[in-house]
Amino acid sequence: MSNEKWKILGSGAVLGILAALLVKFGNPVNMGICVACFYRDITGALGLHRAAAVQYIRPEIIGFILGSFIFAKAKGEFRARGGSAPILRFVFGFFMMIGALMFLGCPLRMILRLANGDLNALVGLVGYIAGILVGTQFLKRGFTLGRNTKQPTASGYVMPAIAVVLLILLVTAPSFIFFSTEGPGSKTAPIIISLAAGLIVGLMLQRTRFCTAGGFRDVFLIKDFHFLWGIIGVFVFALIGNLIFNPSTFKIGFADQPVAHSDHVWNFLGMALVGITAVLLGGCPLRQTILAGEGDTDAAVTILGLITGAAFAHNFGLASSAAGTTVNGRIAVIIGFVVVLGIATSIVISANKNKNKAAVKEGGQVNG
Amino acid sequence: MANTIDARGRSCPEPVIMTKNAIDSGYNDFEVLVDAKVAVENIKRFATNQGFNVTVEENDGEFTLNIRK
Repeated sequence: MSNEKWKILGSGAVLGILAALLVKFGNPVNMGICVACFYRDITGALGLHRAAAVQYIRPEIIGFILGSFIFAKAKGEFRARGGSAPILRFVFGFFMMIGALMFLGCPLRMILRLANGDLNALVGLVGYIAGILVGTQFLKRGFTLGRNTKQPTASGYVMPAIAVVLLILLVTAPSFIFFSTEGPGSKTAPIIISLAAGLIVGLMLQRTRFCTAGGFRDVFLIKDFHFLWGIIGVFVFALIGNLIFNPSTFKIGFADQPVAHSDHVWNFLGMALVGITAVLLGGCPLRQTILAGEGDTDAAVTILGLITGAAFAHNFGLASSAAGTTVNGRIAVIIGFVVVLGIATSIVISANKNKNKAAVKEGGQVNG
Repeated sequence: MANTIDARGRSCPEPVIMTKNAIDSGYNDFEVLVDAKVAVENIKRFATNQGFNVTVEENDGEFTLNIRK
Protein backbone atom coordinates (compact mmCIF):
# COMPACT_ATOMS: atom_id res chain seq x y z
CA MET A 1 0.00 0.00 0.00
CA SER A 2 1.16 3.50 -0.77
CA ASN A 3 2.18 6.02 1.85
CA GLU A 4 -0.93 8.09 1.08
CA LYS A 5 -3.20 5.15 1.71
CA TRP A 6 -1.59 4.45 5.08
CA LYS A 7 -2.04 8.07 6.06
CA ILE A 8 -5.76 8.17 5.32
CA LEU A 9 -6.29 4.72 6.86
CA GLY A 10 -4.32 5.90 9.90
CA SER A 11 -6.40 9.05 10.31
CA GLY A 12 -9.56 6.94 10.16
CA ALA A 13 -8.05 4.60 12.75
CA VAL A 14 -7.22 7.46 15.14
CA LEU A 15 -10.74 8.84 14.66
CA GLY A 16 -12.25 5.44 15.48
CA ILE A 17 -10.10 4.90 18.57
CA LEU A 18 -10.70 8.43 19.87
CA ALA A 19 -14.46 7.99 19.44
CA ALA A 20 -14.37 4.79 21.50
CA LEU A 21 -12.24 6.51 24.15
CA LEU A 22 -14.62 9.48 24.35
CA VAL A 23 -17.45 7.06 25.13
CA LYS A 24 -15.25 5.47 27.78
CA PHE A 25 -14.66 8.90 29.33
CA GLY A 26 -18.33 9.85 29.39
CA ASN A 27 -19.79 10.72 25.97
CA PRO A 28 -23.09 8.96 25.10
CA VAL A 29 -22.78 5.37 23.87
CA ASN A 30 -22.26 5.16 20.09
CA MET A 31 -21.80 8.92 20.13
CA GLY A 32 -18.11 9.33 20.88
CA ILE A 33 -18.17 11.80 18.02
CA CYS A 34 -21.27 12.94 16.13
CA VAL A 35 -20.81 16.18 14.28
CA ALA A 36 -24.53 16.77 13.65
CA CYS A 37 -25.55 15.86 17.22
CA PHE A 38 -22.78 18.02 18.67
CA TYR A 39 -23.88 21.07 16.69
CA ARG A 40 -27.41 20.30 17.84
CA ASP A 41 -26.18 20.22 21.46
CA ILE A 42 -24.37 23.55 21.00
CA THR A 43 -27.53 25.03 19.45
CA GLY A 44 -29.42 23.94 22.56
CA ALA A 45 -26.78 25.24 24.96
CA LEU A 46 -27.19 28.67 23.37
CA GLY A 47 -30.93 28.42 23.92
CA LEU A 48 -31.74 28.40 20.23
CA HIS A 49 -33.80 25.31 20.95
CA ARG A 50 -35.12 24.23 24.34
CA ALA A 51 -34.94 20.43 24.19
CA ALA A 52 -33.58 20.00 27.72
CA ALA A 53 -31.94 16.63 27.01
CA VAL A 54 -29.62 17.85 24.26
CA GLN A 55 -27.91 21.03 25.45
CA TYR A 56 -24.13 21.21 25.87
CA ILE A 57 -21.25 23.12 24.32
CA ARG A 58 -19.36 20.17 22.87
CA PRO A 59 -15.62 20.84 23.11
CA GLU A 60 -14.95 18.36 20.30
CA ILE A 61 -16.43 20.78 17.74
CA ILE A 62 -14.33 23.63 19.15
CA GLY A 63 -11.29 21.37 18.79
CA PHE A 64 -12.11 20.42 15.18
CA ILE A 65 -12.31 24.07 14.16
CA LEU A 66 -9.28 25.27 16.11
CA GLY A 67 -7.15 22.22 15.23
CA SER A 68 -7.82 22.79 11.55
CA PHE A 69 -7.24 26.54 11.96
CA ILE A 70 -3.89 26.08 13.73
CA PHE A 71 -2.55 23.57 11.23
CA ALA A 72 -3.79 25.48 8.19
CA LYS A 73 -2.10 28.59 9.59
CA ALA A 74 1.15 26.71 10.25
CA LYS A 75 1.15 25.24 6.75
CA GLY A 76 0.23 28.47 5.00
CA GLU A 77 -3.05 26.97 3.81
CA PHE A 78 -5.31 29.33 5.71
CA ARG A 79 -7.09 31.41 3.09
CA ALA A 80 -10.20 33.52 3.59
CA ARG A 81 -12.43 32.54 0.68
CA GLY A 82 -16.13 32.40 -0.08
CA GLY A 83 -18.96 33.68 -2.19
CA SER A 84 -19.84 30.37 -3.83
CA ALA A 85 -23.65 30.45 -3.56
CA PRO A 86 -23.71 31.04 0.23
CA ILE A 87 -27.50 31.10 0.57
CA LEU A 88 -27.85 27.77 -1.26
CA ARG A 89 -25.18 26.31 0.98
CA PHE A 90 -27.16 27.55 3.97
CA VAL A 91 -30.30 25.81 2.65
CA PHE A 92 -28.42 22.58 1.92
CA GLY A 93 -26.82 22.72 5.37
CA PHE A 94 -30.24 23.24 6.93
CA PHE A 95 -31.72 20.16 5.27
CA MET A 96 -28.55 18.15 5.88
CA MET A 97 -29.28 18.60 9.57
CA ILE A 98 -32.97 17.75 9.13
CA GLY A 99 -31.93 14.47 7.46
CA ALA A 100 -29.29 13.74 10.09
CA LEU A 101 -31.73 14.28 12.97
CA MET A 102 -34.29 12.04 11.27
CA PHE A 103 -31.70 9.25 11.35
CA LEU A 104 -30.08 10.50 14.59
CA GLY A 105 -26.52 11.05 13.56
CA CYS A 106 -24.12 12.43 11.02
CA PRO A 107 -22.40 9.99 8.64
CA LEU A 108 -19.51 9.62 11.09
CA ARG A 109 -21.83 8.58 13.90
CA MET A 110 -23.49 6.20 11.44
CA ILE A 111 -20.13 4.43 10.98
CA LEU A 112 -19.54 4.46 14.76
CA ARG A 113 -23.03 3.03 15.42
CA LEU A 114 -22.38 0.31 12.88
CA ALA A 115 -19.04 -0.46 14.52
CA ASN A 116 -20.85 -1.11 17.79
CA GLY A 117 -23.41 -3.47 16.29
CA ASP A 118 -26.31 -1.07 15.62
CA LEU A 119 -27.82 -2.53 12.44
CA ASN A 120 -30.17 0.45 12.01
CA ALA A 121 -27.01 2.24 10.90
CA LEU A 122 -26.67 -0.30 8.10
CA VAL A 123 -30.03 0.89 6.77
CA GLY A 124 -28.77 4.44 7.15
CA LEU A 125 -25.58 3.54 5.29
CA VAL A 126 -27.54 2.16 2.34
CA GLY A 127 -29.56 5.39 2.30
CA TYR A 128 -26.39 7.49 2.54
CA ILE A 129 -24.81 5.67 -0.41
CA ALA A 130 -28.05 6.00 -2.41
CA GLY A 131 -28.06 9.75 -1.69
CA ILE A 132 -24.42 10.03 -2.73
CA LEU A 133 -25.21 8.20 -5.99
CA VAL A 134 -27.98 10.70 -6.72
CA GLY A 135 -25.74 13.66 -5.83
CA THR A 136 -22.98 12.25 -8.06
CA GLN A 137 -25.38 12.15 -11.01
CA PHE A 138 -25.96 15.89 -10.58
CA LEU A 139 -22.20 16.51 -10.49
CA LYS A 140 -21.71 14.47 -13.66
CA ARG A 141 -24.36 16.58 -15.36
CA GLY A 142 -22.64 19.82 -14.55
CA PHE A 143 -23.95 20.79 -11.11
CA THR A 144 -21.87 23.56 -9.56
CA LEU A 145 -22.26 26.15 -6.84
CA GLY A 146 -19.87 28.43 -8.71
CA ARG A 147 -16.43 29.72 -7.91
CA ASN A 148 -15.39 31.07 -4.56
CA THR A 149 -13.22 34.15 -4.47
CA LYS A 150 -10.79 35.69 -2.03
CA GLN A 151 -12.53 37.35 0.92
CA PRO A 152 -11.28 39.91 3.43
CA THR A 153 -8.95 38.06 5.82
CA ALA A 154 -11.20 38.93 8.77
CA SER A 155 -14.02 36.79 7.37
CA GLY A 156 -11.83 33.69 7.62
CA TYR A 157 -11.33 34.34 11.32
CA VAL A 158 -15.05 34.45 12.15
CA MET A 159 -15.52 30.72 12.69
CA PRO A 160 -12.30 30.22 14.69
CA ALA A 161 -13.33 33.25 16.78
CA ILE A 162 -16.76 31.74 17.40
CA ALA A 163 -15.00 28.55 18.52
CA VAL A 164 -12.94 30.53 21.04
CA VAL A 165 -16.06 32.32 22.34
CA LEU A 166 -17.81 28.95 22.73
CA LEU A 167 -14.82 27.65 24.68
CA ILE A 168 -14.98 30.66 27.02
CA LEU A 169 -18.74 30.15 27.51
CA LEU A 170 -18.14 26.46 28.21
CA VAL A 171 -15.44 27.04 30.81
CA THR A 172 -17.10 30.00 32.54
CA ALA A 173 -20.59 28.44 32.27
CA PRO A 174 -22.63 31.64 32.70
CA SER A 175 -26.21 31.10 33.83
CA PHE A 176 -27.71 31.97 30.42
CA ILE A 177 -26.05 28.92 28.84
CA PHE A 178 -28.09 25.72 29.06
CA PHE A 179 -26.44 22.49 30.16
CA SER A 180 -28.47 19.28 30.15
CA THR A 181 -28.80 17.57 33.49
CA GLU A 182 -30.17 14.37 31.98
CA GLY A 183 -30.26 12.71 28.55
CA PRO A 184 -27.51 12.57 25.92
CA GLY A 185 -26.55 16.21 26.52
CA SER A 186 -25.58 15.41 30.11
CA LYS A 187 -23.27 12.58 29.10
CA THR A 188 -19.95 14.22 28.51
CA ALA A 189 -16.28 13.38 28.68
CA PRO A 190 -14.17 15.84 30.71
CA ILE A 191 -13.69 19.11 28.82
CA ILE A 192 -9.93 18.76 28.54
CA ILE A 193 -10.17 15.26 27.06
CA SER A 194 -12.92 16.22 24.59
CA LEU A 195 -11.03 19.33 23.55
CA ALA A 196 -7.75 17.44 23.12
CA ALA A 197 -9.47 14.75 21.05
CA GLY A 198 -11.13 17.44 18.94
CA LEU A 199 -7.82 19.23 18.37
CA ILE A 200 -6.10 15.99 17.32
CA VAL A 201 -8.92 15.23 14.88
CA GLY A 202 -8.91 18.80 13.56
CA LEU A 203 -5.16 18.80 12.97
CA MET A 204 -5.20 15.36 11.41
CA LEU A 205 -8.16 15.87 9.11
CA GLN A 206 -6.90 19.23 7.92
CA ARG A 207 -3.92 17.28 6.60
CA THR A 208 -5.65 14.21 5.20
CA ARG A 209 -8.89 15.91 3.95
CA PHE A 210 -10.87 12.91 5.24
CA CYS A 211 -14.54 13.10 4.28
CA THR A 212 -17.21 10.44 4.69
CA ALA A 213 -19.06 11.64 1.58
CA GLY A 214 -15.87 11.87 -0.47
CA GLY A 215 -15.12 8.24 0.39
CA PHE A 216 -18.13 6.89 -1.48
CA ARG A 217 -18.46 9.71 -4.01
CA ASP A 218 -14.96 9.23 -5.43
CA VAL A 219 -15.58 5.51 -5.90
CA PHE A 220 -18.61 6.26 -8.08
CA LEU A 221 -17.23 9.35 -9.77
CA ILE A 222 -13.61 8.53 -10.53
CA LYS A 223 -13.14 4.96 -9.21
CA ASP A 224 -10.78 6.27 -6.54
CA PHE A 225 -10.78 4.32 -3.27
CA HIS A 226 -8.48 6.70 -1.38
CA PHE A 227 -10.98 8.20 1.08
CA LEU A 228 -12.89 4.95 1.40
CA TRP A 229 -9.81 3.57 3.18
CA GLY A 230 -10.33 6.28 5.80
CA ILE A 231 -13.91 5.17 6.38
CA ILE A 232 -12.77 1.55 6.65
CA GLY A 233 -10.18 2.71 9.19
CA VAL A 234 -12.86 4.39 11.30
CA PHE A 235 -15.08 1.32 11.22
CA VAL A 236 -12.41 -1.26 12.06
CA PHE A 237 -10.74 0.76 14.79
CA ALA A 238 -13.98 1.98 16.38
CA LEU A 239 -14.97 -1.69 16.53
CA ILE A 240 -11.65 -2.69 18.11
CA GLY A 241 -11.75 0.37 20.40
CA ASN A 242 -15.27 -0.42 21.57
CA LEU A 243 -14.40 -4.06 22.24
CA ILE A 244 -11.41 -2.97 24.33
CA PHE A 245 -12.80 0.09 26.13
CA ASN A 246 -16.59 -0.36 26.12
CA PRO A 247 -17.21 -4.11 25.77
CA SER A 248 -20.49 -4.00 27.73
CA THR A 249 -22.05 -1.64 25.16
CA PHE A 250 -21.37 -3.86 22.14
CA LYS A 251 -24.60 -5.38 20.91
CA ILE A 252 -25.53 -6.59 17.43
CA GLY A 253 -29.13 -5.99 16.40
CA PHE A 254 -31.84 -3.47 15.57
CA ALA A 255 -33.72 -3.20 18.86
CA ASP A 256 -32.80 -1.11 21.91
CA GLN A 257 -29.76 0.57 20.42
CA PRO A 258 -28.69 3.76 22.21
CA VAL A 259 -30.06 7.04 20.79
CA ALA A 260 -31.48 5.25 17.75
CA HIS A 261 -34.78 4.02 16.34
CA SER A 262 -35.75 1.23 13.97
CA ASP A 263 -37.99 3.07 11.51
CA HIS A 264 -36.16 1.67 8.47
CA VAL A 265 -37.82 3.75 5.76
CA TRP A 266 -37.00 7.00 7.54
CA ASN A 267 -33.51 5.92 8.56
CA PHE A 268 -32.91 5.30 4.87
CA LEU A 269 -34.50 8.54 3.68
CA GLY A 270 -32.91 10.70 6.39
CA MET A 271 -29.42 9.56 5.47
CA ALA A 272 -30.21 9.73 1.73
CA LEU A 273 -30.96 13.44 2.22
CA VAL A 274 -27.66 13.82 4.08
CA GLY A 275 -25.85 11.99 1.25
CA ILE A 276 -27.27 14.20 -1.51
CA THR A 277 -26.58 17.44 0.33
CA ALA A 278 -23.08 16.30 1.36
CA VAL A 279 -22.14 15.63 -2.27
CA LEU A 280 -23.67 18.89 -3.52
CA LEU A 281 -21.87 20.82 -0.77
CA GLY A 282 -18.58 19.06 -1.41
CA GLY A 283 -18.32 17.52 2.04
CA CYS A 284 -20.03 15.92 5.02
CA PRO A 285 -20.62 17.90 8.27
CA LEU A 286 -17.18 16.88 9.58
CA ARG A 287 -15.41 18.08 6.44
CA GLN A 288 -17.40 21.34 6.45
CA THR A 289 -16.20 21.95 10.00
CA ILE A 290 -12.55 21.40 9.05
CA LEU A 291 -12.93 23.68 6.00
CA ALA A 292 -14.49 26.40 8.15
CA GLY A 293 -11.35 26.33 10.31
CA GLU A 294 -9.18 26.88 7.21
CA GLY A 295 -10.95 30.13 6.32
CA ASP A 296 -13.61 28.72 3.99
CA THR A 297 -16.53 31.05 4.71
CA ASP A 298 -18.85 28.99 2.47
CA ALA A 299 -18.32 26.08 4.86
CA ALA A 300 -18.96 28.50 7.74
CA VAL A 301 -22.30 29.46 6.17
CA THR A 302 -23.09 25.75 5.77
CA ILE A 303 -22.49 25.33 9.50
CA LEU A 304 -24.88 28.20 10.23
CA GLY A 305 -27.38 26.26 8.11
CA LEU A 306 -26.73 23.12 10.19
CA ILE A 307 -27.25 25.07 13.42
CA THR A 308 -30.45 26.69 12.14
CA GLY A 309 -31.65 23.26 11.01
CA ALA A 310 -30.99 21.88 14.49
CA ALA A 311 -32.92 24.75 16.09
CA PHE A 312 -35.90 24.17 13.79
CA ALA A 313 -35.70 20.41 14.29
CA HIS A 314 -36.15 20.67 18.03
CA ASN A 315 -38.42 23.72 18.13
CA PHE A 316 -40.93 22.14 15.72
CA GLY A 317 -40.66 18.51 16.76
CA LEU A 318 -38.89 17.34 13.62
CA ALA A 319 -36.06 15.42 15.29
CA SER A 320 -36.45 11.73 15.94
CA SER A 321 -35.69 10.16 19.29
CA ALA A 322 -35.27 6.67 20.68
CA ALA A 323 -39.11 6.61 20.70
CA GLY A 324 -39.13 6.89 16.90
CA THR A 325 -39.70 9.41 14.14
CA THR A 326 -42.31 12.18 14.11
CA VAL A 327 -44.89 13.14 11.49
CA ASN A 328 -43.48 16.67 11.39
CA GLY A 329 -40.01 15.24 10.84
CA ARG A 330 -41.17 13.08 7.93
CA ILE A 331 -42.85 16.07 6.29
CA ALA A 332 -39.67 18.12 6.78
CA VAL A 333 -37.53 15.42 5.16
CA ILE A 334 -39.89 15.26 2.16
CA ILE A 335 -39.78 19.06 1.85
CA GLY A 336 -35.99 18.73 2.05
CA PHE A 337 -35.92 16.34 -0.92
CA VAL A 338 -38.20 18.60 -2.98
CA VAL A 339 -36.19 21.75 -2.23
CA VAL A 340 -32.72 20.20 -2.63
CA LEU A 341 -33.54 18.25 -5.79
CA GLY A 342 -35.38 21.27 -7.21
CA ILE A 343 -32.41 23.57 -6.67
CA ALA A 344 -29.94 20.99 -8.02
CA THR A 345 -32.06 20.36 -11.12
CA SER A 346 -32.42 24.05 -11.87
CA ILE A 347 -28.63 24.52 -11.59
CA VAL A 348 -27.96 21.59 -13.94
CA ILE A 349 -30.46 22.93 -16.48
CA SER A 350 -28.93 26.40 -16.51
CA ALA A 351 -25.37 24.99 -16.55
CA ASN A 352 -26.19 23.00 -19.69
CA LYS A 353 -27.83 26.03 -21.31
CA ASN A 354 -24.66 28.04 -20.74
CA LYS A 355 -22.55 25.20 -22.06
CA ASN A 356 -24.56 25.13 -25.30
CA LYS A 357 -24.20 28.87 -25.63
CA ALA A 358 -20.43 28.57 -25.10
CA ALA A 359 -20.29 25.76 -27.66
CA VAL A 360 -22.01 27.92 -30.27
CA LYS A 361 -19.64 30.79 -29.51
CA GLU A 362 -16.54 28.65 -29.85
CA GLY A 363 -17.76 26.99 -33.01
CA GLY A 364 -18.37 23.63 -31.41
CA GLN A 365 -15.22 23.51 -29.28
CA VAL A 366 -15.98 22.91 -25.66
CA ASN A 367 -12.91 22.94 -23.50
CA GLY A 368 -12.89 20.91 -20.31
CA MET B 1 -0.34 26.66 -26.87
CA ALA B 2 -1.36 24.17 -24.23
CA ASN B 3 -5.02 23.78 -23.38
CA THR B 4 -5.81 25.28 -20.01
CA ILE B 5 -8.63 24.49 -17.62
CA ASP B 6 -9.35 27.16 -15.05
CA ALA B 7 -10.60 25.40 -11.93
CA ARG B 8 -9.69 28.18 -9.50
CA GLY B 9 -12.25 28.74 -6.78
CA ARG B 10 -14.12 25.52 -7.56
CA SER B 11 -15.06 23.46 -4.54
CA CYS B 12 -14.22 19.80 -4.20
CA PRO B 13 -14.64 17.65 -6.36
CA GLU B 14 -15.27 19.96 -9.34
CA PRO B 15 -11.58 20.44 -10.29
CA VAL B 16 -11.21 16.66 -10.52
CA ILE B 17 -14.36 16.33 -12.64
CA MET B 18 -13.09 19.06 -14.99
CA THR B 19 -9.79 17.17 -15.29
CA LYS B 20 -11.61 13.91 -15.89
CA ASN B 21 -13.78 15.48 -18.59
CA ALA B 22 -10.68 16.78 -20.36
CA ILE B 23 -9.03 13.36 -20.26
CA ASP B 24 -12.25 11.70 -21.42
CA SER B 25 -12.44 14.11 -24.37
CA GLY B 26 -9.01 12.95 -25.48
CA TYR B 27 -6.72 15.68 -24.19
CA ASN B 28 -3.34 14.25 -23.19
CA ASP B 29 -1.32 17.43 -22.70
CA PHE B 30 -2.99 20.20 -20.79
CA GLU B 31 -2.80 22.51 -17.78
CA VAL B 32 -5.14 22.90 -14.86
CA LEU B 33 -5.16 26.06 -12.75
CA VAL B 34 -6.30 25.70 -9.14
CA ASP B 35 -5.94 27.73 -5.97
CA ALA B 36 -6.31 25.12 -3.23
CA LYS B 37 -3.81 22.54 -2.05
CA VAL B 38 -6.56 19.94 -1.71
CA ALA B 39 -7.43 20.31 -5.40
CA VAL B 40 -3.75 19.83 -6.31
CA GLU B 41 -3.61 16.61 -4.30
CA ASN B 42 -6.89 15.25 -5.68
CA ILE B 43 -6.08 16.02 -9.32
CA LYS B 44 -2.56 14.68 -8.96
CA ARG B 45 -3.80 11.43 -7.45
CA PHE B 46 -6.49 11.04 -10.09
CA ALA B 47 -4.32 11.86 -13.13
CA THR B 48 -1.42 9.74 -11.87
CA ASN B 49 -3.79 6.79 -11.44
CA GLN B 50 -4.89 7.35 -15.04
CA GLY B 51 -1.27 6.99 -16.20
CA PHE B 52 -0.45 10.67 -16.66
CA ASN B 53 2.63 12.55 -15.53
CA VAL B 54 1.80 15.51 -13.33
CA THR B 55 4.10 18.39 -12.48
CA VAL B 56 3.03 21.25 -10.25
CA GLU B 57 4.19 24.87 -10.26
CA GLU B 58 3.21 27.17 -7.43
CA ASN B 59 2.92 30.88 -7.93
CA ASP B 60 1.59 33.13 -5.17
CA GLY B 61 -1.00 30.74 -3.78
CA GLU B 62 -2.08 29.48 -7.18
CA PHE B 63 -1.01 26.23 -8.74
CA THR B 64 -0.54 25.16 -12.33
CA LEU B 65 -0.66 21.43 -12.91
CA ASN B 66 0.90 20.21 -16.14
CA ILE B 67 -0.73 16.96 -17.08
CA ARG B 68 0.65 14.88 -19.92
CA LYS B 69 0.95 11.28 -21.03
